[in-house]
Amino acid sequence: MRSDRALTIVTRALAAISAAIVLLVVVFLLRESTPAVRQLGISRFFTDASWHPLSGQFNLTPMIVATLVTSVGAVLIAAPLGIASAVFVNFYAPRPISGWHRRLIELLAGIPSVVFGLWGLVVLAPIIATFGGSGQNLFTATIVLGLMVLPTVALLSDAAIAALPREWILGAAALGMGRSAIVGWIVLPGARRGIGSGIMLALTRALGETMAVLMLAGNIVEMPSSLLSPGRTLNANIALELGYASASHRSVLFVSGLMLMLVVSVIVLFVSRRGATKHDR
Amino acid sequence: MPIEIDRTGFYPMNSNFASFRLLLLCWTLAGCSSASSTKNNPNELSGQLTLTGSSTVAPLATEIAKRFEQQHPSVRIDVQTGGSGKGITDVRLGVADIGMASRPLASDEADLTAHQIAADGVGLIVHASNSIKELSQEQVIAIYTDEINNWKDVGGEDKEISVVHKAEGRATLEVFLKHFGIDNPSVKSDVIVGENEHAVKTVAGTEGTIGYVSIGTAEADIESGVPIRLLPLDGVAANTANVASGVFPMSRPLNLVTVDSPSELASKFIQFCQSAEVHDLVKSQYFVPVTSEPGVAK
Repeated sequence: MRSDRALTIVTRALAAISAAIVLLVVVFLLRESTPAVRQLGISRFFTDASWHPLSGQFNLTPMIVATLVTSVGAVLIAAPLGIASAVFVNFYAPRPISGWHRRLIELLAGIPSVVFGLWGLVVLAPIIATFGGSGQNLFTATIVLGLMVLPTVALLSDAAIAALPREWILGAAALGMGRSAIVGWIVLPGARRGIGSGIMLALTRALGETMAVLMLAGNIVEMPSSLLSPGRTLNANIALELGYASASHRSVLFVSGLMLMLVVSVIVLFVSRRGATKHDR
Repeated sequence: MPIEIDRTGFYPMNSNFASFRLLLLCWTLAGCSSASSTKNNPNELSGQLTLTGSSTVAPLATEIAKRFEQQHPSVRIDVQTGGSGKGITDVRLGVADIGMASRPLASDEADLTAHQIAADGVGLIVHASNSIKELSQEQVIAIYTDEINNWKDVGGEDKEISVVHKAEGRATLEVFLKHFGIDNPSVKSDVIVGENEHAVKTVAGTEGTIGYVSIGTAEADIESGVPIRLLPLDGVAANTANVASGVFPMSRPLNLVTVDSPSELASKFIQFCQSAEVHDLVKSQYFVPVTSEPGVAK
């Protein structure tokens, strides 16, 4: 009984701390961005002509679009590759190869983002530059971002598939189903939730990635007209300008942090709402 | 009652611990005073200096201050930023002993004295394979405002120009815009970068690009074989020697600003900043050391 109570207190305290940290960050963002919002009003961040904070232009819309385009694009690249890799490891790979493949994917997860950025800048961008421009654009950033979040999808899908009851697969095989039919009709639907949370985590990681995108996306604040046009994400905006920003400029940068937080929370709420309704059915 | 037991056990232990800490404190204090008394001599500098001002000068000043504090352990130097304007205001108000300014003093600031500690030059860079020899003032402005979009219009090959620009607030951006008299919203660039190295890598990676970086950075990279080339400006070659001598046009002095009669400690620190002892620190920040006589106010 005593140990039970102690554990209750400890888990409650730790849970409260992790929740409080999120709230504290939000409160901090709100406090730092209040001067700018109060002075400019929220609508100017969507209706101004451009982003030139030192000349009094504060339009954030192109950056919100660029953030969404690169992150969603990255997940579109990472999801098929990651799921395919998980299926391969569990059903198609010979045993020694599956072990090595897993290890390689884990290694990919451990590569620091600045190394990805440097690789993209020195190797990938000059190749993409043959299509015109400097090679630093949303396309380059999306590819590298896709590779960065690939391990998240692959490893979580792998774990979800491995956790499926063995009997399902054996039963399906006993019914005479082929390997591809088992994967398509039993494994992927059964592991849907695990794969879904892998994709979700990958998306939030892509939204939060700063360094590699900053090095590769070109950072021009303009509404992107194609994947090959440069763009600046909200996080890159903060990283680029914060170190040199004076008081009012700084506050405006915190608004772009707040905007990013808003985008992420909308996505998280939307996905968890959908997940909940599915679960209820 | 468990609380009773806790209390009786707790108090003596606590006071034991307190006396132990007191003992420790005595030891450390004794150690401190004996150490400083052995080092102390009558000529030893002591006291506190406050520097405020330019965020360009501040990292250099911080490094120099660290070295100065190592040599003079009883001196404390506090470096704060806030822009050249704040540095000058603070010196006038007496809030700071020394102001930092990344520009020459204006005519209405003649009540103060500027001591140059380094120079910062900004040079235009292109890919090493680019055949262009030099760009005129008008050509650079036209390229950066997107009126010229092909190298053949300025005497080069038939190739599209990619313009590399810096993020707002960067010191090199300010020097560049001021020199060419462009206001930032009218610049139409293809890539915006942050650090100098990012600009160098971008230009080195693509043949049709043009950018501008701190000359110190570019020279170091060219020496290590990065395929970029510095373009001369107004007929003056872009190199650190020309920045140091002041003939290169797109450059600015990094100054320490004081009232006409600074304290002894402040003038000692300024002399240290201008001495050859800190040239390695100046170079490590990609600035150019000035070869002026120590102590001579410029």
